Amino acid sequence: GLFVWRLKSTGIRQIPCQFVQLCHVANGRLITFQYFNFLKRMYVTQCNKDLSQRAKPKSDSVASPFRELQQLDQEKKVIHKIRPVSPVHQPLSEASISNELREIKSAAQTEDSVAAVRAEAKGDRQWKEMKLQLDDLPGILARLSKIKLTALVVSTASAGFAMAPVPFDLTCFLLASLGTGLASCAANSINQFFEVPFDSNMNRTKNRPLVRGQISPLLAVCFAASCGVPGIALLTLGVNPLTGALGAFNIFLYTCCYTPMKRMSIANTWVGAVVGAIPPVMGWTAATGSLDAGALLLGGILYSWQFPHFNALSWGLREDYSRGGYCMMSVTHPRLCRRVALRHCLALIGLSTVAPVLDITTWTFPIISLPINLYISYLAFRFYRDADRSSSRKLFFCSLWHLPMLLLVMFTCKKSFLEKEDKDNLLGESHGRAMEIRLP
Amino acid sequence: PPAHSRYDWIGPPDKHSNLRPVIFYVPPEESPLERRLRETRQEAQACDQRFWARHNRAFCQEKEEFIYSRLKAKGLEMRDETGQKATLNAEEMADFYKDFLSKNFRKHMQYNRDWYKRNFTITFLMGQVALARALRWLRWKKKNVGN
Repeated sequence: GLFVWRLKSTGIRQIPCQFVQLCHVANGRLITFQYFNFLKRMYVTQCNKDLSQRAKPKSDSVASPFRELQQLDQEKKVIHKIRPVSPVHQPLSEASISNELREIKSAAQTEDSVAAVRAEAKGDRQWKEMKLQLDDLPGILARLSKIKLTALVVSTASAGFAMAPVPFDLTCFLLASLGTGLASCAANSINQFFEVPFDSNMNRTKNRPLVRGQISPLLAVCFAASCGVPGIALLTLGVNPLTGALGAFNIFLYTCCYTPMKRMSIANTWVGAVVGAIPPVMGWTAATGSLDAGALLLGGILYSWQFPHFNALSWGLREDYSRGGYCMMSVTHPRLCRRVALRHCLALIGLSTVAPVLDITTWTFPIISLPINLYISYLAFRFYRDADRSSSRKLFFCSLWHLPMLLLVMFTCKKSFLEKEDKDNLLGESHGRAMEIRLP
Repeated sequence: PPAHSRYDWIGPPDKHSNLRPVIFYVPPEESPLERRLRETRQEAQACDQRFWARHNRAFCQEKEEFIYSRLKAKGLEMRDETGQKATLNAEEMADFYKDFLSKNFRKHMQYNRDWYKRNFTITFLMGQVALARALRWLRWKKKNVGN
């Protein structure tokens, strides 16, 4: 996954996703769902790349505890030592640039991934002009706004929209998705703007655009504003004020509460879980215009999901967090970390059972979702008991497919609008009267 | 960076601080505002460099000491038979990470405050400089169009 990303980012031609094998996702699952595959690939590239601590809505992405990554870093360190560059005297002549290009070309030709990465690493060792390259700009902005994480945020919002018990309105759906996406881009950009020196010191975030000087902080802030303001305006005016308010609140929560809190107290994890829970609520309110029990349930499911996901991930990053000064449960309160993950996996079972009670889904939902909920709870229990790297990795990778599957099952078990109307009619009418068939 | 370049140059990450050093371009007709921006950025860079280099060095040093003391307590040597450096596994290192984090908490709090302040100041100055440059360019355009 690392290789895929690196090669993609240097514009070298596409290497097919054979590197997806690196990802430890349970391949046995018979999911032909393309969305899931897309997710899998995204998470693999995501993991090895950027994304902050949490790979979910509007929070930093997940870092991968891959050992390969560590090895690669050591390799890079060795390269660095062999070529101690004295920055001021480094001549960036035409010859060296063309040598670099030739090197990169040959690496791509041999498709030797290690050599390619080494070329990238060497290119990284060069001094670069701090000039905004316009042809790189889309890529830079994509990385600044954590576009893949944003895509996931938008998909959870769509899930919220889809689960709402109202007729499907395409315009509203598109506006809500676009507005949520823009808001997420803005929040992610501001997050990166705030975290430059810390990102430089952590392995998984040290290649972000602001850290590498590919974009100036001023431009990052302007970009954030030009995404955030239209995004929230779109939500408020094009959808409804409630959704707009939730969007604005979420941006505030993520940038002004979660980001600074990461360095102050372990409570940041709970705040971050709320940040992740709000997008589906926004999707629901976009569809219905009101904040009812269904919205809160969906938000609750996502809230609970964040904990096994993030806690398992953070288990492998303890060294980087400790050195970087981040206050995370996995470092300061390891037992609490594992306990909370287990607790919330069990809560997911409970929440799935509440869904039919609130008339959001039929009773088949808790029954069908029970196996996957039990499985993730089992892995969380193993993590709680063993507290080692392998159990944390298993739990983390399980969480990656667990959520899409849960949402998918939820959607297929959704209580039909017509059914619900009929039931209401039946209850409302006395016995024996003819049943009216209402059109949606 | 080449002498004819009119931009700042950013280099590879520093060995100790992991921060990328920037060499600032001083334009011949630098305005006082631009000079203030450049000096603020240089100062900030120096501060950050000092902090992280010292911090990371302390981390590595304390980590070595911790590993050494733990290995000694277990009765092992720093290097095993093959000559490889002995390490502790993640669970044993966890105590060290927790300790290190809590020891440096106050230091980080102070640094955070300073970093946020510096970041906002620099970005705001950048905004002012950009605005001033835009106005200058507009005035020049108007003059040229007039001619």
